[in-house]
Amino acid sequence: MKTAGATVAVTGVRDRLKSWQAHHRRVFISTIGELLQNPLASLMTWLVIGIALALPMILYVMLSNVSMVSGDWGGKPRVNLYLSHELAVPAARALAAEIGQEPGIEESLFVSSEEALKDFQHRSGFGDVLSTLDRNPLPHVIEVVPYEADAVLLQQMIARWESRSEVDRISVDLAWLERLFALLSFAERLVLALGLVLATGVMLIMGNTIRLAIENRRQEIVVIKLVGGTDAFVRRPFLYLGFWYGFGGAVIAFLLIQASLLFLSGPVETLAQSYRDDFALTGLGVAGNLLLLVGGSLLGIVGALLSVSRHLAEIEPT
Amino acid sequence: MIRFDSVSKRYEGGVDALSRVSFELDSSEMAFLTGHSGAGKSTLMKLIMLMERASQGQVFVNGTNLNRVSRGQIPHVRRGVGVVFQNHQLLFDRNVYDNVALPLSIAGFSPREVGRRVRAALAKVGLSDKEKKFPVALSGGEQQRVGIARAVVNKPPVLLADEPTGNLDPELSREVMNLFDQFNQVGVTVLIATHDLELVRTMGRRELVLRQGQLVSGGEA
Repeated sequence: MKTAGATVAVTGVRDRLKSWQAHHRRVFISTIGELLQNPLASLMTWLVIGIALALPMILYVMLSNVSMVSGDWGGKPRVNLYLSHELAVPAARALAAEIGQEPGIEESLFVSSEEALKDFQHRSGFGDVLSTLDRNPLPHVIEVVPYEADAVLLQQMIARWESRSEVDRISVDLAWLERLFALLSFAERLVLALGLVLATGVMLIMGNTIRLAIENRRQEIVVIKLVGGTDAFVRRPFLYLGFWYGFGGAVIAFLLIQASLLFLSGPVETLAQSYRDDFALTGLGVAGNLLLLVGGSLLGIVGALLSVSRHLAEIEPT
Repeated sequence: MIRFDSVSKRYEGGVDALSRVSFELDSSEMAFLTGHSGAGKSTLMKLIMLMERASQGQVFVNGTNLNRVSRGQIPHVRRGVGVVFQNHQLLFDRNVYDNVALPLSIAGFSPREVGRRVRAALAKVGLSDKEKKFPVALSGGEQQRVGIARAVVNKPPVLLADEPTGNLDPELSREVMNLFDQFNQVGVTVLIATHDLELVRTMGRRELVLRQGQLVSGGEA
């Protein structure tokens, strides 16, 4: 029996592992090369993915900044007692101390009309106008912070204070705060929903792009299958293609987010600093940006995987 | 190396492409498969390459019962069967070298080993000076020889050829046949499906004749 040359070429495990790694390396490089050979078409896809990723991320960044600012109130109601103009400072101060002693009150802060005027001049920019007034129009104020935002207890307290002759008017800022928090949690949901929708969009774009790539290489896939290429071997370049699309899209998204932060930071910080002195617009941070890159790449790979598993099985040699 | 045990293949719609075909090709045997169009030649080849599965009976290739081969194992069986296609099935976006190297990179050879084997295969088919050329720049006969080099570069024990001389003039056909003969000389089992009865006669090898899905001659060695 003649056997020379009639043995299947056998390769060792180590050789195979090496060649497996080499193939990954080769495909990793060759797929990005393919994309760069067609820079305009690739850039279009990257931009679409980048915008789809950036949009919810920018909203998220804005939202978390707003939450950070509003979080300072801690969700506690704040009751302002405007005192009658006739009341002298010592009496008003005594009233503030008395209210501070009441059960359920965390803090009772007295702000005299002079202090209030100074503060108002400083913050509002109406200093010149105010100085022309012959009399301070502002009343003394007691800022009361109850421990809990229990509506019934709060009503009782307010009724009690209102009945006192020293108190002119009472305002509670609970309502708008509640509205703000409701609005914030609504916005959070909205961003989440938008993020999910756009992430799905990214995967569909990826799926379609990969489907076209598969279609373009139909002949190659058939030949590879005929000469003994495994599904994994056939799949590999498309998964790397998905990775590069996702990664490139995430890089574009990163740039878009940075650009819009830069664009918005001026006006937003001016606005915010009229409420708080130390406000600075916060971006995604290192961890957030890493997550964006990893997430974008993963979306690309998953989108490609879905497309590949659907379309590769259809391509069989006949 | 190839054994059919009363193999039948019925396609959907009830067409019997093969019925109860039995034969055995020994290791290092060379045979021709002839018959009219539609006699079942393609189906028989496809069964060996696992492009189709038998409806009944058993096919053995290189000692493997193909009925027991799962989908995931198909690539590994195919690596033991070199195939030369009538339409060459070359990839036109890569050069001759890369075309021939494809089965080796799939099977996981080191680049140096790939280079060695590809050059040996190209030398064998007489295309050593064409390795950098792209398939479009080659004649039909040269493309066919690239296809042959790719089929044997992995040193498979079994070589199938489907109408390998279909588009070639008699002289080129003879050259291609001589190549198959040489591979057979070094122990490769060769099965060639062809219309070219004249050529079959001059080669003087075993002939399996199919007629309407039945093996009418050459079944017994």
